[in-house]
This record gives sequence, structure tokens and C-alpha cells, in this order.
Amino acid sequence: MKLATFRKGGVHPSDMKSLSNNRPIERLPIPKELVISMSQHLGAPATAVKAVGDHVSKGEKIGTASSFISADVHSPVDGTVTAIKKVTMANSVVCDALVITPDEQQSEPFAEKRDYSEFTKEQILAEIKDKGIVGMGGATFPAHVKMTIAPGKSVQALVINGVECEPYLTADHRLMLERTEQVLEGIMICRKALSPERTIIGIEANKPDAIEKLSKAVAEKGLPIEVMPLKMKYPQGDEKQLLKATINREIPSGKLPLDVGAVVMNLGTTHAVYEAVAYGKPLFERVMTITGDCISRPCNVIAPIGTKVRDLLDFAGGFSSEPDKLVSGGPMMGFAFYDEDTPVAKGTSGILAIADKKNYRQTHCLSCGRCVSACPMGLMPTKLYALISNGKYEEAMKNNLMDCKECGCCAFSCPAHLDLVHAFKTGKKMGRKK
Amino acid sequence: MRRVSTSPHFHSGASTSNIMFSVAIALAPACIWGVYVFGLRALLVLAISIATALLTEFLLGKVSKENTLWDGSALVTGMLIGMNMSPSIPLFIPFIASVFAIAVAKWTFGGLGANWANPAIAGRVFVFFSFSSAMSSFVLPRTLAGVDAVSSATPLSLVKTAISGGEVAGQTSLQILSGNGYLSSAFAQKIESLTGISAYNVDAFIGNIPGCIGEVSKLLLIIGGIYLLCRKIITWHIPVAFIGSFAILTWVFGGLPNGLGFFHGEVLANVLRGGLILGALFMATDMVTTPVTHKGMLIFGAGCGFFTFLFRSFGSLPEATSVAILIMNIITPTIDRFCISKRFGEEVKQ
Repeated sequence: MKLATFRKGGVHPSDMKSLSNNRPIERLPIPKELVISMSQHLGAPATAVKAVGDHVSKGEKIGTASSFISADVHSPVDGTVTAIKKVTMANSVVCDALVITPDEQQSEPFAEKRDYSEFTKEQILAEIKDKGIVGMGGATFPAHVKMTIAPGKSVQALVINGVECEPYLTADHRLMLERTEQVLEGIMICRKALSPERTIIGIEANKPDAIEKLSKAVAEKGLPIEVMPLKMKYPQGDEKQLLKATINREIPSGKLPLDVGAVVMNLGTTHAVYEAVAYGKPLFERVMTITGDCISRPCNVIAPIGTKVRDLLDFAGGFSSEPDKLVSGGPMMGFAFYDEDTPVAKGTSGILAIADKKNYRQTHCLSCGRCVSACPMGLMPTKLYALISNGKYEEAMKNNLMDCKECGCCAFSCPAHLDLVHAFKTGKKMGRKK
Repeated sequence: MRRVSTSPHFHSGASTSNIMFSVAIALAPACIWGVYVFGLRALLVLAISIATALLTEFLLGKVSKENTLWDGSALVTGMLIGMNMSPSIPLFIPFIASVFAIAVAKWTFGGLGANWANPAIAGRVFVFFSFSSAMSSFVLPRTLAGVDAVSSATPLSLVKTAISGGEVAGQTSLQILSGNGYLSSAFAQKIESLTGISAYNVDAFIGNIPGCIGEVSKLLLIIGGIYLLCRKIITWHIPVAFIGSFAILTWVFGGLPNGLGFFHGEVLANVLRGGLILGALFMATDMVTTPVTHKGMLIFGAGCGFFTFLFRSFGSLPEATSVAILIMNIITPTIDRFCISKRFGEEVKQ
């Protein structure tokens, strides 16, 4: 059978997932100290509502949404706020963070499943907002904002993103395998809130066990969900490419999925929605993959937000060899950082410690056109790069620079090893200024 | 040392030097064949072209304090220049061609990536128009003559001379060749008796004809081209468009100079002669001087095919492929300006 995928561009990096895709999810022991940033999401940072010395209980709100596009932040532990300080996140965002020292005795709330079958749409959305759910694929867009459908618009398709197209990462894969029921229930809750005509789970073909397990579970329960295997290709996990692959619709430049009648939700988010609605549990922990060529024991862990990378690395047995780079997220779009005390956040899907085995040398652009063939957005990276290198930011903007989503396909395939994504990020910044 | 950089932190592993050395590997079999059929003299020509190209690159790198020898592009240029020389060429000519290619065609425009013309072609065309008679005298391969350095015309130039002499109306080029007692190998004659494919075409395919060192063996060039295609160093667009458009034009109009009329061109014979295969697979696919989009590459290839046909059938000099590619090199920036890829989301299906 021919598998669906998107047509334009894309690359095929080796997926490196075998390092960790057979490791069951483990729970990280509660760290000695958590540093919880108030900017766990896209949009305005939350406002801290606790002061130094306050005692917080597990799941208690410690930050409230400060505007429409913002999300609440909750404490993952019972503990005491010992400091409020500025912290630099892996993506270089600097913001206020609460430092919490956990108590020795931890309570176990959110253990009891409640009956949510009578919940209305509004109640579900209120619950999602109250529990601080954000998109867990990396963009961390507040989920209640995405799921609030403007009057006059309707959702034809709800597409669940189980693609996990970034190499190395296996967190969503493990969720699908180990929490199949919970994920499906979460999807049914989202269905209730959005009332779509179709519901599709897109999964890349490198996860055959997950495809099989989900299909079986869907068939057994007779759920109105389609499990759609997709041909492997990066960046299929981007919502634009995913919608092209699953429902063959193209989102025009600058528009949102809803403009073509679709909502895309990450698979991890549906799991968080399930826990929020069924147990009243806020989003204060998540599954992440600790992996890379330099990690002794690659693994998938469920860790509280605010955990320092150092604790995660220790849990994974430390380094087997000295890494050249620490990356938060996947290798294609993740952020490199150097400080092992950097805390993780709601959008951290993985921590990679990787070695750059070969040091390639940069040359001038050869005009080979590989970046042009690789660009999933149909842009001309060669031309944009030349314009930006020469300071012609406005002209670059006219050549649709803003359509670039920094997926890295161009730089991945560039034989001259040009820093294309870096140039485009700079170009966007300079272009917006004028 | 931890490094911090912008994403992506993952790379396909492609590199400029990798590309260049792969091209050199792909060219090597045809070079070896050239040395086999034309003798050690051919090896000397190749060695001088390559050594001069590398030395020029090295010295210019010293001047501009930028070592670019490792990227392998000078090696490829040197090889291509040697392959584009007659085995009997006076040795100063490949020297001049290599210096011109590296110093003038490449470095004055800013080095690899900034040159508008394929350096090897620029070098070849420069010496061709400077030393035309030396550049167009060839020797028989020793597989035909039995000894080295028996001078002979190439099939292409013999046919051209015969046609401009005007006594061959109504004859195909193969008839002209056999009428002039042109040599063919015993092996090719055997193939002809078995399959009916003309012995001249068989010889042209395997490389038993007079010609430039690297262009004679179409078989080994095609194997090299397939290697590059499989390694995804080149795409099919330019070679297919180039050879395809040339073949179609030859079929439709190629019979006219012989007085055969329309639709009587000899496609196979013409594709296998001269530097067409070498040009289409290795010189028209030079990344720097060709368009970046696939659509642009098709236009580029078709243009090359058109000009090659035009110069070969109706031009007065035996120099078609390289001039055709050079002309299309000039047009490349214009093609790039108008052939831009289609933006995602432009056609919205509701």
C-alpha cells in the first residue's frame, strides 16, 4: 500500500530512535530543587502568585495567565518556594522562575478518576485552561486558545499528531504504546470539545507497533477515529505538512489550520487533556526522551517541569563520552544550550547529548539547489541567503522569508554547510525591525 | 568544549569536497580508458592538466590567504580539461587551459561558487579558439591502428568535411564513413553482423574512435554518470533534457545537411559522437553554473541540446558541446530569476 505523505520538499534524516524506543517510560525520583519558569508557553509569561517562603502543595497554581495567550503554571510537588530569580531557558528566553524545594513527604492527589461523561464543551475547555495545558510538541501554544473555535467556524477534521518526525525523540511513541487507552480517551475528550467530522491520528511508518496497537484499540472500542500510517519524511510533524499529508489541504501563508477547517493537536497534549479532565491533574510533568550518542543509558522519563537537565542526565547514567552539544528538543529544530542547570519546561520533548563526529568545512554556496528541493515551503533558500548576507532584509521579506518555519531541511542538506537557518532567523528579526 | 549553535544539529553528511571527489571517481574510468587506447602520451596530458590546475589553485590560495585545495574542485577542473584534450596536443596547451580555467574563469569572479562559467569549459574554449588546428587534430586509438599516434580525423569532422565538399547528397553519415574507408574494430564488426547495429556506432560507444582523451568511451562515461545519479550528486534533469532535446532536433532536422530531408537524422550516431555525453553528464551538470530549480534545469538542458545541435549541424567549427554549455551558463542567472519554486499553500483546495 502506498502511504500518504506531503509532496513538496522534505528530507530523510536517519531516525536514531532505536537508542530509546524500546525503553519503557520511567519516573524520575523527585529532584532536590525545581526551577519553574513562568514562561512555559508561547505568549505572555504567567504572573507568579507565590512569594519566597510560601508553602505550595502539589498541583497548586503558582502562576496565573497574564493575558489571553498565556497559561497557568502549577507546582509539581509539595514544597517551599525558596527563591524567585531570573532564569535562562534552553531557547534563550530569560524570565522569572520560582525555585521550589520539595518536602520530604509528598502527597498523592489526582489518584481518583472522576466521571466526566456529563461535562459540557465549556466545562472541558475551562478544565483545560485551568490545568495549564499547552501544545506539547514544542511550540507550546496554550491549548484552550487553540480549542476555542470562533463563532461561524467549524472543525471538519481533528488531526492528532503522532508523527514525531524529529530524529532521536521517542516520548510520543512510548505514550502511544504504554498509555494507549488514556491517549484515546484524551482524543475523545478533544472530540467532544471540538465536534469535528473526522478524527485522524497521523503516525509515521517507523512506529509499526504503535500503529498496530492504536488501530486494534480503536477497532475494539469502535471509536470514530482513523489511524493513518504516514510515509517517513521530515518535517511531517509540522501542522502544515501534516494536514497536507492527512487531509490534502494546504494552509495558505500566514493562516492557521482552522482556516482550512482543521485543528491539529499533539499526541502528548491529548494525554495531558485526559489527565486534566479525568483526574483534575494540572500539566506539571511530562514524558521526555533523554538520549544521544553520548548518553550512557538512553531512556524515556516522566519528569516534573522545572527539573534541571543535570538531574535528568544523572538519571540517564551520565555521559558515555563528552558531548559536543546539549540540545533541548529534537536535533532538527531543538535549541543548543550549555548550562546543565537549565530547567526543562512543558514543551521539552527531549534532551540530547550529541557528538559532532566530523568537522565539515564551510565553502561558498555552490548553487546546487539541494536546499530548494528540500524546502517544504517552496522557498528559495539560495536567494534568501544571498539577500540576507547582503543586508537586503526587506527584499528577503518580499521573497516570503516569513513563510520559513526554520525546520532546517535546507541546512541539513547543504553541502557547503552554510548556516542557513541562522541567517533566516537573523533576517526575520532585521526585516521586522524596518 | 560544549558548542552552542543555531539548529539544525544534524546534517545529511553531504559536503563540497565529498561531491567533488565523487565526480573525480566517476570520471576516472573514462580517463583510464583514454590512457589505454591512446597510450602514455594521454596520461602525460592528463597529468599536466591536473597538476597545473592544482598548482594554480594553490598559488592563488596563497595570494588570497585562503586554502581551497581540499575542496577538490580544482582536481575536477584539471581532470575535465585533460579529458577534453586531444592525445597528440602540444603540452603547453593543457597548461594554458588549466591556468586560464582556474585563474581567470574561477578566481577572478570570486572562487568556487561565484564563477559564472564552468571553469573547465572556459579553459577548453579559450585554447580551442587560440590554437584551433592543434585542438582539432586527433590520432587513431591503438586498438584500431595497432600502433600509437597515427593521425586521423574524428568521424564528426570527416563527415562535416565531406558534407561541405558537397559530393555526398543523399548519403547518411555512416555511408560517408564507409565510403571513405573509415576503420572499425573487429569486435564492432562482429557485433554488427550479430545485431545489425552499425560497427561505427559500436566503436563510438565503447571508445574505439579518435577524439579527446576522456570523451571517447561513452560506455564508461555513462557508468560514471549513473554512479553520480545513484549517489544523488547530480539529478536526471539536465542530462535527460540535454540529450533528449539534441536527439529530437537531430531526428527532425539532422538529415538536412546531408540532403536527406526532414525526419531522417541519425540519432544514435550523432549522440555517440563528439563530446556530447561527457558534456551532458559531467560539464552541464556543474552545480555552480546551472539553475537551482528542477524546472530551470530542464530549460538549461534543453537549451544546451538546441545549441549543440545548431553548431554541430550548421556551424563551421568542430566545436559544439562546450560552446553550447558556455552560452547556457550565461543565461543561467536569467533562468534562475524566472524559474522560482512554487510556494506552499498557493493553491488551496477546499
